[in-house]
Amino acid sequence: MRYAETGFNLEVDLTRGNIEKVASDPRDTELYLGGLGTNAKILWDRVPPEVEPFSPENLLIFGAGLLCGTPAVGCNRTIVSTISPQTKLMAFSMMGGFFAPELKYAGFDKVILRGKSSNLVYLWINNDTVEIRDASHLKGKGSLETAEAIKKELKQPKAQVAAIGMAGENRVLYASIEQGRSSASRGGIGAVMGDKGVKAIVVRGTKDINIAQPLEYLELCNEVMEYIQFRNENPIPGVMPILAGLGSPQEMKVHDEKWHTENFMWGNSRTRRRDFWNDEVAREWMETLDQSRTRLISCYNCPMTCGATISMPGLPTYMMKCFTKLTYTMGAFSNLDFGLRIAQKATEYGLDGFSAPQVMAFALELLENGILTDKDFPDMPTDNEGRFFYLLDKIVRREGIGDILANGTYWAAREIGNGAQDYAHNNIKKIEQLPLKLSMLNPIYFLMYCTGEKINITQIEGQFPQAPYPKKEHREKFCEDWIQVPDEKFKQYFLDWEPRGENSMPFYPTVDMCCDIVDWQEKMHYIDDALGQCSGLSAFPLKPPYHIHNYPKFISAGAGIDMDEDKLSKAAKRYRTLVRAINIRRGMRRKDEKPPEDHWKKRFPELEKELLDAYYKFKGWNNEGIPTKESLYDLGLDYVSKDFVERGILTDCEDSPDKDMPDEDVLAEKEKK
Amino acid sequence: MTGDKIKKTIKTIRIDVDKCNGCRACEMICSAFHATPKYSSNNPARSRIRIIREPLRDLYVPVYAGEYTVAECAGRDKYTIDGKEYDECSFCRASCPSRDEFKEPDSGLPLKCDMCEGEEEPLCVKWCMHDALILEEREEEVEELEEQEDLEIGLGSLADKYGLQTIMDALSRMSKKD
Repeated sequence: MRYAETGFNLEVDLTRGNIEKVASDPRDTELYLGGLGTNAKILWDRVPPEVEPFSPENLLIFGAGLLCGTPAVGCNRTIVSTISPQTKLMAFSMMGGFFAPELKYAGFDKVILRGKSSNLVYLWINNDTVEIRDASHLKGKGSLETAEAIKKELKQPKAQVAAIGMAGENRVLYASIEQGRSSASRGGIGAVMGDKGVKAIVVRGTKDINIAQPLEYLELCNEVMEYIQFRNENPIPGVMPILAGLGSPQEMKVHDEKWHTENFMWGNSRTRRRDFWNDEVAREWMETLDQSRTRLISCYNCPMTCGATISMPGLPTYMMKCFTKLTYTMGAFSNLDFGLRIAQKATEYGLDGFSAPQVMAFALELLENGILTDKDFPDMPTDNEGRFFYLLDKIVRREGIGDILANGTYWAAREIGNGAQDYAHNNIKKIEQLPLKLSMLNPIYFLMYCTGEKINITQIEGQFPQAPYPKKEHREKFCEDWIQVPDEKFKQYFLDWEPRGENSMPFYPTVDMCCDIVDWQEKMHYIDDALGQCSGLSAFPLKPPYHIHNYPKFISAGAGIDMDEDKLSKAAKRYRTLVRAINIRRGMRRKDEKPPEDHWKKRFPELEKELLDAYYKFKGWNNEGIPTKESLYDLGLDYVSKDFVERGILTDCEDSPDKDMPDEDVLAEKEKK
Repeated sequence: MTGDKIKKTIKTIRIDVDKCNGCRACEMICSAFHATPKYSSNNPARSRIRIIREPLRDLYVPVYAGEYTVAECAGRDKYTIDGKEYDECSFCRASCPSRDEFKEPDSGLPLKCDMCEGEEEPLCVKWCMHDALILEEREEEVEELEEQEDLEIGLGSLADKYGLQTIMDALSRMSKKD
């Protein structure tokens, strides 16, 4: 018997309309766990680098995490993997909600879509009965509208629906997949779903998920519950409210707009408004949120309430979480009322809340600076809010200028030319980043921005405090019950970290310490992504209930796989390296691994080079960021190194073409030409 | 009937629908507890508590499985509470032919909440960190009823299913054979 997982994937060939239930190899579970790990293995095996994102050969994989559907608190994530049309690299966007457990109860660990349907369809999975059904009547419908309509026509109120809106149908490169209160947004995976002609995946499951050692497993879950309760009652002192507790940043619960609006950038990630917040704004925004927020809500089996039901007067109800609350508001220099209104539309259209507002602000900046002209925006309203609604509609319909903007700032800027590229300034690896511009280089964040292959800072940060505590006694206090550290040395790193003087940034934490810290933070995210655990209870917050010491026990007792900390760390390293291998095979190199040029005002090129050199080495990658043959061999990834040699990415005799790299600026300059 | 009064502890669960965050941990842990062996599997479709849940209408009603009923009732009324419309069924505990709540998914047999006998408190209450479910105990004096025997319960449900006359006919046929 298979434990925690079902042992079956659902393979759907949309071109031929073929549906198969395929048993997965239990040895892959041991090596790659599940979720992201096994998704990466499938993408490596079956999607060679010649395959374009919008090719029928590209796969779109919905993978439920290994422990989804078990009693593990907050373990409910679906990891959606494909080749991103925006970055041309592997995308592994994730969504919480209720989809992953339902899929497991239906008897599947993954849904793997390949091919393309000639007409719009949806997939209906009702335990073992799976159908491809016509969705032409749902064309152009909103994502939530679609979900409601399907549940009604199937008479299945308990079915879970992951759907795209108009943005996905029209292959907007930053289209999301929406699932009620959650969405998988980054990397344009909704566009791939639209390209495949799939409007929605609908699932209902009423089967069992088995646990290998039931009593031990439940004991672990109880401990997690108790720890959550403890952390809820004991927020971490000395940090801002959204970092003090557990969960995704509690944007819906906490009125913390002051911090974000004064520290993050407005418009096209340009303008910081240090004195934005005042009593008048506070009163108005609090009223907006309190009047529209009908309930704080959760994902499956999780006590945190990171989401909310939002009902704006005169608009259909929708659900929201996290930072989208402010991205449109700040992109448009507007207020919360506008932000929540336009987010309703954007959710129905199915758009990434980070990219969309920045693309619109970018377009208006181009207009302001004469690179685009009024002719590009026929009949555009003159008021700011009106312009954003106008642009939103143009983009999701790919009408006029919207057709170019639908490709995101990086590709749009290239197409527009005439200096537009300088305005697409907030990207890493071609994808829009959090609107944040800071003064002095942070060495830990530098490495995370450079090397994070989720290409989103919130998906690699966490665990280690973001800034030093000014007072030693506070640092000591923090370390007292810091049980999550994988090694005691991390406590010392933190204890010696000062806001000023010798032990301060950017030269402290030292290069070696930074490698340790970044590796730990990233590892925890990768483990979450394979198990299906929401990072809100794990990798993201300080002092979370899940950590490297109890995770192996969860896997042993839950999935019946003999696991310890070393073995788990190695598994995480294995599929993390595989994700990199997929991207390396697609051409990603050191030159792509850099933060937006203006992310920090004060940069330290020598230190930055040293950091990246050291981190690559630490990770077992050569100077170009390519995993070496030796490290691949250690991880049992010989098939990767064989492929690399065949493709000339690595050479047979030497580990790497370890030449001196040309200066990065020269390379960047070349790129521009 | 003896007519004697005895003291009995009545356990009830106070349900605060406004506090429900819709996470369904109650369904999950209920199904795990009632698995054999205990906690060996889980599947909310087997749970004895269900959240009648319509997120976009902001309806979240945790309901416990009560008595099995052979026929659906005439109740199709709508209740409007705080501007939200609820079906009468949203509050009903019956395992009933009109809906698929409270039935074992494989066999279709009815499910009924047993308050997690043997545990300190029902596990759904324990796992609800938002206090939407609160256990309340009170003592009541009740008239002692004679225990209905298993045989009688069994015969009763057979009679419900096939009609009393059919059962009597079958019994008389069986007795003749002997």
